[in-house]
Amino acid sequence: MNYEAVIGLEVHVQLSTDTKIFCSCSARYSGNEPNSNVCEICSGQPGVLPVLNKEVLKRAVKTGLALNCTIAKRTKFDRKNYFYPDLPKGYQVSQFDMPICENGSIIVNDSRAEVKKDKKIGITRIHMEEDAGKNTHDTAGIHSFVDYNRAGVPLLEIVSEPDMHSAVEAKEYLEKLKVILKYINVSDCNMEDGSLRCDANVSIRPAGQLKLGTKVEIKNMNSFRGVQKAIEFEIERQTKLSEAGSKIIQETRLYDEAKGITLTMRKKEEAFDYRYFPEPDLPPYDITIEEVNAIKATLPELADAKFERYTRDMLLGDYDAALIANNPPIAAFFDECVKTCNNYKALTNWLLGDIAKKMNELSTADIFTTKIRPQHLVQILNLIDNQTISGKIAKTIIDEVFSTGDCVDAIIERLGLIQISDNSLILTVINEVITENPKSINDFLEGKQAAAGFLVGQIMKKTKGKANPKIVNEMLYAELAKLKKA
Amino acid sequence: MTGNFIEYSNYEQMPLHFKPAHEIRRMLDSKEISPAELRAHIAGRIKKYERLNAFLSVIPDAITSEIGFVSASKTDNAGRAAASVPVSAADNRYWSDIPVALKDNIATKGIKTTAGSKILENHTPIYDAAVVKKLKKSGAVIIGKTNMDEFAMGSSTENSAFGATLNPWDTTCVPGGSSGGSAVAVAGGMAYMALGSDTGGSIRQPAALCGVCGMKPTYGRVSRCGLIAFASSLDQIGPFTRDALDMASALDAICGHDPADSTSSDIKFEPLFDQIKNSADFSKLKIGIVDDYFGEGVDSGVTLQVQAAVDQFKKMGAEIISIKLPHTQYAIPVYYLIATAEASSNLARFDGVKYGFRAPEFKNLKEMYMKTRDAGFGAEVKRRIILGTYALSSGYYDAYYKTAQKARTKIKEDFQAAFAKVDLILSPVTPATAFKFGEKTADPLAMYMSDIFTISANLASIPALSIPCGLSDGMPVGLQLSANYFQEKLLLAAAYQYQKHTVHHMRFAAGCSL
Repeated sequence: MNYEAVIGLEVHVQLSTDTKIFCSCSARYSGNEPNSNVCEICSGQPGVLPVLNKEVLKRAVKTGLALNCTIAKRTKFDRKNYFYPDLPKGYQVSQFDMPICENGSIIVNDSRAEVKKDKKIGITRIHMEEDAGKNTHDTAGIHSFVDYNRAGVPLLEIVSEPDMHSAVEAKEYLEKLKVILKYINVSDCNMEDGSLRCDANVSIRPAGQLKLGTKVEIKNMNSFRGVQKAIEFEIERQTKLSEAGSKIIQETRLYDEAKGITLTMRKKEEAFDYRYFPEPDLPPYDITIEEVNAIKATLPELADAKFERYTRDMLLGDYDAALIANNPPIAAFFDECVKTCNNYKALTNWLLGDIAKKMNELSTADIFTTKIRPQHLVQILNLIDNQTISGKIAKTIIDEVFSTGDCVDAIIERLGLIQISDNSLILTVINEVITENPKSINDFLEGKQAAAGFLVGQIMKKTKGKANPKIVNEMLYAELAKLKKA
Repeated sequence: MTGNFIEYSNYEQMPLHFKPAHEIRRMLDSKEISPAELRAHIAGRIKKYERLNAFLSVIPDAITSEIGFVSASKTDNAGRAAASVPVSAADNRYWSDIPVALKDNIATKGIKTTAGSKILENHTPIYDAAVVKKLKKSGAVIIGKTNMDEFAMGSSTENSAFGATLNPWDTTCVPGGSSGGSAVAVAGGMAYMALGSDTGGSIRQPAALCGVCGMKPTYGRVSRCGLIAFASSLDQIGPFTRDALDMASALDAICGHDPADSTSSDIKFEPLFDQIKNSADFSKLKIGIVDDYFGEGVDSGVTLQVQAAVDQFKKMGAEIISIKLPHTQYAIPVYYLIATAEASSNLARFDGVKYGFRAPEFKNLKEMYMKTRDAGFGAEVKRRIILGTYALSSGYYDAYYKTAQKARTKIKEDFQAAFAKVDLILSPVTPATAFKFGEKTADPLAMYMSDIFTISANLASIPALSIPCGLSDGMPVGLQLSANYFQEKLLLAAAYQYQKHTVHHMRFAAGCSL
């Protein structure tokens, strides 16, 4: 029997606000001494009250707008009750039945389509909540410790519809989500350091069946690749079980990254009853259309719109356009360049070619952490265009820009890289080369066109690549023509 | 039982410890007494009546000055108040040098705050509650933390982990609760004002049972920041005082918007003291009465005194109008679902991990939680946590918590309909006077019933006041006045006029008059 996988993702992103969600402690907790980034509020002292950081609400709305959600006119917080040492109050302030955003979507590639095709993945809801602290245990297994530095850091939980049908699709959804969140600058979105976390709900059903199968929740995936691997494993595990006629049980499983497998964490019967109820310490919030519009006005152009613009207006290929549009810093760099340069193709080639290679060497994903700036690239392209420099010299200049950040003019002057367009100088070199290579001249005169190429190479070598190749060509052929006549 | 009280006809007759705070203010301003003498006198009273167990911790002078609890007097080497101009309540220095007490569920930085529980037996907060900051600013001398039912759950102070407080009028009787210690501190001449907290009557009921004034302001009037929560949507801090005028100056010190409490109202609070003091006699005031509140189940002695108060208001020109509050018959079940649900969550933080008591021996995390909470909480607290956990459980939430919330809305609507017709609602505070120790401990429901008249004000979030209105068999009877949201002024003006014409607030328990 053929099985279809049904996948929904629950993504938690930490918001990169200055302060925590309900107190004025810094939300940048990493690297601090344990429990040094806490106050009476986020450590849950008796008698404390939460006050909502309005920036969290703003960023939640911004995220909802970027993900095509409906923004709630009224939203409220609820308490999710459970005992765990990392949870200072014994409940997490979260949102239950009146989340800030609902009914959104993200466009990804349809993994099942024969040809490349867009597919809409629904977003059920987005809600705000507070992060917990962190438990650690000593190596002897005797003592446990709790660090509340992270407690109260604002989180958004973004819940997708069960619209994905393969591990690849799930990974693409995650990647796309990350790109959008990066564009609107609400979160660092780093899975490795925990600012983006993902749980997956996976079930399978016989192909063509509408009724959903029993779902299994997978936790503890620490990378995009991990998400894909874990889901792949889980689909395979469930398929094998079904084929063997066994029942799939509803449970929560943990992904073991080292072994590449999922293992039972807790069965349905052991699931918590969170006893959600409205948080009495925080009144509901009303959000006006004016407030939503004000936030909407701050939304930057997002990946899909950029892709559309690059392919439609600038005639970039889909592949190149996607590479640029899905990389917010590169796109920002590109967009800055095109303000003063309309050679889109050349910009794209340099950006995705030599510059991407340099960034790889430096192992940085953000072009703005390097020393090259849009003005550098635009000027280099202009110099190539007006034949002041050759492509080869351009590469040398780019290397130099990456290591010094100096302006292009200064680099050209320092390294003496200006292209030789002085005809008399070039003629001298041409004549030298003609004199020094009688065999090639003979070959050419006997009709071997390739000999001319060799001669050009010799001329460029003598001028250390600085001679204007166009002029060299023209003048060489003119000289050779003279020899032919003679 | 008669002859257990002393009635004074003027302030001059009163011993220093029974005088109202406004009289003490005058004496301090006119230098008839020094702050040091006043403190020493009150410290002596607390020591002398230690057996009443009103205080869980007393802050000796040395400590108070060291941590800044005594302020105004510090500027004067002679120990006399520095102020030479009389302080009015509009001044925020009104409470300068006047000893006040705080219920032990109000966080005091550097001073033990137990909420009457073993689980917080050695807990010292790292911050001050908003009201403590305000009282410090007004110069008040915080002399101690008062006894209470554990986590404010109870109506007799018998649920304190540190022993019950005794009623000064009859030490075989309860003082009421949960703010019993604060009521007794004021009734027994051990503080000129005390703060309590009122979730279902925890200020008004002990005020009635101890013969003092007690008030629950409108929900949101006083910041709850630093009040160890019992039921967040019902809890409100309020004062115990000798009379309505002191109540006004106490509210002046603690009311007002607090951005640190998201449920705090930003409706402007106008200082009350001068307004109340200068308020004219009222005529045409409409007072609503619910006939059912005077019938079956209410002690005849209580009915008699409350009826006398009704007559007094009539004599003063008020119009008495019969009203109905049909949904208040559900107040007790509604309250015990909402309050316990919130409490079950609010008390989850007492888990032995971060502060307070932790069971000494355990095999694993779950056992640590269980042993800590089993040994740390008393029976009533456990009962309410279990009740509240049940009410919020999956499958029961709609039937219990959600239904209770709907009924709460109905009760609010009842009051709004009533206040469209009347200015104030008058009722008894309790169905009976102070009961004996142990009388109701075996029957939680009977104990819960003692809050029948007070609970609705919390559910409706409206302000309500309890003032003495006479004695029944020698024990104080309380009169409750409630008003619409933010009408504290109306309540106090009525109480002030009533007290101008009556002497009930000038009576004190003979047992601690000396």
